[in-house]
Amino acid sequence: MILPWIPLLALLGVVVPLLTRQRGRRFCSLATAAPAILALLLVFSQVPALLAGDLPRFQLAWVPQLGLDLAFRLDGLSLLFVSLILGIGLLILLYAHYYLEAHEPFARFYSFLMLFMLSMVGIVMADNLLLLWLFWELTSLSSFLLIGFWSHWTDARKGARMALTVTGAGGLALLAGLLLLGDMAGSFDLGVVLESREAILADPRYPLMLVLVLLGAFTKSAQFPFHFWLPHAMAAPTPVSAYLHSATMVKAGIFLMARLHPAIAGSEAWELIVTLTGMATLLYGAWFALLKTDLKAILAFSTVSHLGLITVLLGIGSPLAILAALFHILNHATFKAALFMSAGIIDHETGTRELGRLGGLRRAMPVTALLTSLTAAAMAGVPLFNGFLSKEMFFAEAAASPLLGGLSWLLPVLATLGGILSVAYSLRLVHAVFFKPARKAPPKSPHEPPRLMRAPVELLAALCVLVGLLPVIAEVPLGLAVEAVLLTPLEFHLAIWHGLNLPLLMSVIALIAGVLLYALHAHLRQFGRQFSPMDARLIFEGAVQRLMTWSERLTVRLENGSLQRYMSWLLGAALLLGAIGLLQLPSLAGARPTQEADGILLLGAALMIFGALGTVATHRYRLISLLMLSVVGLVVSLTFARFSAPDLALTQLSVEVVTMILLMLALFFLPQKTPRESSAGRNIRDLGLAASLGMVVASLNYAVLTRDNHGISDFFIANSVPGGGGHNVVNVILVDFRGFDTLGEITVLALAGLAIFKLLNRLRLFMPHSDGEGRVWSPDRYPLILTSVSQALLPLALLVSAFIFLRGHNLPGGGFIAGLITAVALILVYMARGVEWTQQRLDFQYQPVAIAGVAIATLTGLGSWLFGRPFLTSAFGHFHIPAIGDIELATAMLFDLGVYLAVVGATLMILANLGKLTTPHRPSKEEKH
Amino acid sequence: MLDTALWISLTLVLAALALNVYRLTVGPDMPDRLLALDTMYVNSIALIVLLGLWLNTKTYFEAALLIAMLGFISTVAVCKYLLRGDIIE
Repeated sequence: MILPWIPLLALLGVVVPLLTRQRGRRFCSLATAAPAILALLLVFSQVPALLAGDLPRFQLAWVPQLGLDLAFRLDGLSLLFVSLILGIGLLILLYAHYYLEAHEPFARFYSFLMLFMLSMVGIVMADNLLLLWLFWELTSLSSFLLIGFWSHWTDARKGARMALTVTGAGGLALLAGLLLLGDMAGSFDLGVVLESREAILADPRYPLMLVLVLLGAFTKSAQFPFHFWLPHAMAAPTPVSAYLHSATMVKAGIFLMARLHPAIAGSEAWELIVTLTGMATLLYGAWFALLKTDLKAILAFSTVSHLGLITVLLGIGSPLAILAALFHILNHATFKAALFMSAGIIDHETGTRELGRLGGLRRAMPVTALLTSLTAAAMAGVPLFNGFLSKEMFFAEAAASPLLGGLSWLLPVLATLGGILSVAYSLRLVHAVFFKPARKAPPKSPHEPPRLMRAPVELLAALCVLVGLLPVIAEVPLGLAVEAVLLTPLEFHLAIWHGLNLPLLMSVIALIAGVLLYALHAHLRQFGRQFSPMDARLIFEGAVQRLMTWSERLTVRLENGSLQRYMSWLLGAALLLGAIGLLQLPSLAGARPTQEADGILLLGAALMIFGALGTVATHRYRLISLLMLSVVGLVVSLTFARFSAPDLALTQLSVEVVTMILLMLALFFLPQKTPRESSAGRNIRDLGLAASLGMVVASLNYAVLTRDNHGISDFFIANSVPGGGGHNVVNVILVDFRGFDTLGEITVLALAGLAIFKLLNRLRLFMPHSDGEGRVWSPDRYPLILTSVSQALLPLALLVSAFIFLRGHNLPGGGFIAGLITAVALILVYMARGVEWTQQRLDFQYQPVAIAGVAIATLTGLGSWLFGRPFLTSAFGHFHIPAIGDIELATAMLFDLGVYLAVVGATLMILANLGKLTTPHRPSKEEKH
Repeated sequence: MLDTALWISLTLVLAALALNVYRLTVGPDMPDRLLALDTMYVNSIALIVLLGLWLNTKTYFEAALLIAMLGFISTVAVCKYLLRGDIIE
């Protein structure tokens, strides 16, 4: 149970700085360090178990359907990386405490840093591929925040964006790769995956999976040709560069390759891709490290180069190569983090990182000069430093690798070349900064940094020397890590002296030639100048801009703001899909005989068609067109009545009248005539679309009606009474079988009502003083006849509404129709009596009504949980009430009440508020009830 | 006997509906059209009741009730619109 606490403590560390920021930076730094120290202690507490041969694991099902578990493990490899992440993280925290300026938001910085620490710890401890990927993405996000920390600076923003794009794209490839891998292995559990090497290698999808996973690893670890983001990520504050871009995040790709090594490595494809990519990266990075003049850029390219070196070793893949890779990970993390921090100190104390303005600093900063020299020597691979040991192992493995067959001599030669370059740029770094006389004075007069700011560098430099002199101390952690990668223990011994052999010769050549190369450095730079400078950022930004323009153009084509265009896309898609469905039918007509057409039907059809055509023909005269449309609506509801769909007929009628009122309200503010706008071409398009859609829909209807369909309707008819307790199947479907849909619909209705209410807020529209033909309005605002009739109608309408509502479960009716009737009856009062009069008598807002409706419906649904049933299970029973007799009550009735209230509230919210626009009672912010 | 009466009434109601649509189309004025629509509502009530008699069912009578009530409100809304423009004031 200790394992989950390690990431949890890191998670705690994310919150702590934000909570303690008021107490000053010193307190905040200490409080942030505390969880990390505790986590590190917890990690060390597991070492005895690991040494005893146990594998601490923790597993908690998270989304078992996806195979995603909250699973952690702490094997040797995780141990190595977790110690590195937490240990260097703590040093970085100490360093950042002094590095950040007083005015900078240090708490936010710490919080981002700890978030990053959490995600790295997650990656290296994850025992589940999907969990690993989640943390992987979290590192991309948190590093984006860290690189862009100085967000006022455009370089920082662009660098952050580039890093996020490259590593994010790689992360997507990795997800695809890991999904494939999990599928091949049959589980996302890391233990299972690592054991399924045979199945994975034999799978035909192996090459695809390999490429995808390697894409993820290469982008993260800045391998050629995805290396370009790393130098630009140097726009980050130096603690971030030291932590993310030397010690940890860029090692995540390396870690992934090492982690999955037992499962996916060993094939020829792996060896070729990984080794050659690594070698290209090694040389490319080293060459540019030699040419750059910015201190951090040199370190960035040298990091790229060293990552390439480790990748080569993982590609070679022999047990000793793995050992060398892990050893170099450790060594590189120590000397490169120290070098970055030194660079930060120099930058901090002199105000510049340009080699041209630095020089002769050994007098002003003797200790920093010593520390930098020591760590640079480790980077160069000078004997008696830790870098020497792993580099010599690298030379040995490169020389021994049988890869490339007859050209196998190429690897050691290229490796030596990389070594030469590495010596040259390390030498240049130290010499140009500390020993060469300065050509120009730095902006600030240099001096030593605060004692404790240097402490992390001192510690790491000491480690470089210590491991270099006594390599035995690294044997225990490396042994555990190698065992985790190879799945078997490896007998090995780290020593400084192996006798006079080929690797030693290569080291000697690298040292001598490196010094010579630096001596000829001026010529090299001249040579380098002949190439036109290639700024990766410009290329990248250009590509991003092009992509943006291209997608904008595409978007504008599809989504140009014209409703007609959207409609045509929608209808066109429906047309296409409907037509495809029809094409697959053997014949249009089914087995069912057609019904005899009588005179009533023919006339009804004729009226409907005439109404529809009339609507289109008169569409420029809006009111006439609307009246024509009413004819269609009326005939449609008569058709529903004729063909045994009384519920539909009632609904159609009430919706019809609500639509009419709404349009009358809206039409007042709109022009009476539609101007002639459509071009002939567009008319033809619309006509074609409408006609073909009509034909397809008619054919679909014909096909459906002439066939015996035994779909789900039989189930509803059979179960309506026993399951829902109602004889009206339509209503039982609405409030019971598909109650969840209805709940969604009334929620949307209430939301739409609220949105319209908000939109009407303080809206002032032009009010015409005469009708379309120029006649002034009649002076009679509230005609007497209308007033009297409406008053008589209101109670009757409410009675009908109650009647329709109550009978709804067994006979045609229900909450929706009843709600519309109530709303329309109330609107009639508004029309007949005016807002002032009605407001006095109906003194309440409609928003709460709608919300109460949705709440009642939701609570009814939740109520079934009290009885241990799923959401919205309905219950019903028969009750005997004296004088009234036997009645049936169902919870669905309560749900229907919610529907009723939601409909009343939403309809009135829309109609009444639209009506109030012309009165002093219009919705406005000032008005408080 | 009832059948004959039904058929005669249905024919007349249908003819009335057709004439309503004619009036709705030709106008000439907006009140003419509106009255035509309102009369269509009235005739629809008759049609539904006759259909109920013919099919021997009461199921559709609520539809007639609703048309009687709501059709009137529709007409009122349009009337108010023609008279005052602003239907809720």
